[in-house]
Amino acid sequence: MSIWEYANPLKFLNWTTKVLPWVAGCAAVCVSVGLIWGFFFTPDDYRQGSTVKIIYLHVPAALMAINAWLMMLVASLIWLVRRHHVSALAAKAAAPVGVVFTLVALFTGAIWGKPMWGAYWAWDPRLTSFLILFLFYLGYMALWSAIEDADTAADLTSVLCMVGSVFALLSRYAVNFWNQGLHQGTSVPVATGERTVADVFFVPLLISMVGFGLMFLALVLLRTQTEIRKRRAAALIARETT
Amino acid sequence: MIALLRRDLRLAIRAGGGFGLALAFFLIVVVLVPFGVGADMAVLGRVAAGVLWTGAILACLLSLDRMFALDFEDGSLELLVTSPLPTEGIVLAKAAAHWITTGLPLSLAAPVLGILLNLPPHGAVWMVISLLVGTPALSIIGAFGAALTVGIKRGGLLLSILVLPMYVPTLIFGAEVARRGSEGVALGSSLVMLCAISLLAVGLLPFAASKVLRINLK
Amino acid sequence: MLPDLGKYAFEVTAAYGVSLVLLAGIVAISWRQHSVARRQLKEIEARKDG
Repeated sequence: MSIWEYANPLKFLNWTTKVLPWVAGCAAVCVSVGLIWGFFFTPDDYRQGSTVKIIYLHVPAALMAINAWLMMLVASLIWLVRRHHVSALAAKAAAPVGVVFTLVALFTGAIWGKPMWGAYWAWDPRLTSFLILFLFYLGYMALWSAIEDADTAADLTSVLCMVGSVFALLSRYAVNFWNQGLHQGTSVPVATGERTVADVFFVPLLISMVGFGLMFLALVLLRTQTEIRKRRAAALIARETT
Repeated sequence: MIALLRRDLRLAIRAGGGFGLALAFFLIVVVLVPFGVGADMAVLGRVAAGVLWTGAILACLLSLDRMFALDFEDGSLELLVTSPLPTEGIVLAKAAAHWITTGLPLSLAAPVLGILLNLPPHGAVWMVISLLVGTPALSIIGAFGAALTVGIKRGGLLLSILVLPMYVPTLIFGAEVARRGSEGVALGSSLVMLCAISLLAVGLLPFAASKVLRINLK
Repeated sequence: MLPDLGKYAFEVTAAYGVSLVLLAGIVAISWRQHSVARRQLKEIEARKDG
């Protein structure tokens, strides 16, 4: 019994149906606690005023926007190498969720920019990179919906996801070069261990980040189930008509 | 491969679409810009490099959807892929034909159109250089996009949605080279980066494009 | 009940409001598609067995 057993579509449906309520429940709790704590019970920053509260949305959404793409990349690779249908469907399922996170990150970033930079939109490298990431998501989803044959669509989108990742990364550096930014440095530097955010802000932020991660997981599982059932229904209908 | 390149070039020239259309489109875009931003020569001179680059990118898109589509429809693409020629070679030949019919004439026409936008003479030199270095990347990235969408009816719009985001790095570095050149500032690493992108694209993307082509013809 | 948000009240509430609407939107859409797919598959499977 290897780990790949869990990727069998029917098994996948079984075990995800069991864990999904728990994941969704934890996600709901973490997101609510993080956001309510952040919105109601954190002090204002002495410099940024109450806008610092946007961080509890902005940073987790931005983090998950990138992680969603990475997850799609891994799922695409698994599909190309091992040809597990669930993997391809999971990548497809993740894309719209990633788009929403990207939109949230863009929107909160823009609205944060208004008081901080004096304009809703500044061509700040990070913000611009997210806009480009958004375009890549759109192209990826458009390609999925344009191709009728499911396996061909999975193949093509997987290759697009890999090539797109390279170009997205390249754009990130190009944009950095193009316009040195207004953006503050990373708020949660994991590697250096040094934090620029004080504990009062950091704890709810961490909870919110965990919450967004779990929410992503729950949504992807749910949407993958949907895709599997759709595929199965289509296959059964095809069998009926022949 | 050379024969394929020759054949594609001949077809493009005979159809008349190749050289003329992209150039005409480029000219129109450049003429439209002053109507949009006003005839202030100082402003035009400042945006000239960026406008020429953006115009060149849009002009490149025009003929992309025909790169594989025509051969796909009449079945000759299938013959080509099953021929002993490696699929990567086919992609390269197609991209080269596209570059010769669009990238090359665009690069050469850019300084002439630059006059309309008050591009300084020493800027024109850098404009040509940056376009000559950058447009091969545009053609090969476009070939990848065209290979992705070859089986899709009316894939033209989808093609541009897929390809344009991938043009961003090339555009940034290309326009940067042209802008710095025309302002007479040191180029920094921009030209090196532009060369690197072109080389990487030409070296690696044919593999991705040929994989995609073979999936589409399966 | 609302905390004092100072002069940035509009920005902060707008950011929270729009983000929550977006997130609720993706959850609602996913959930609806999920139940539709589930129902349809059940119907088809019932037809097959029956």
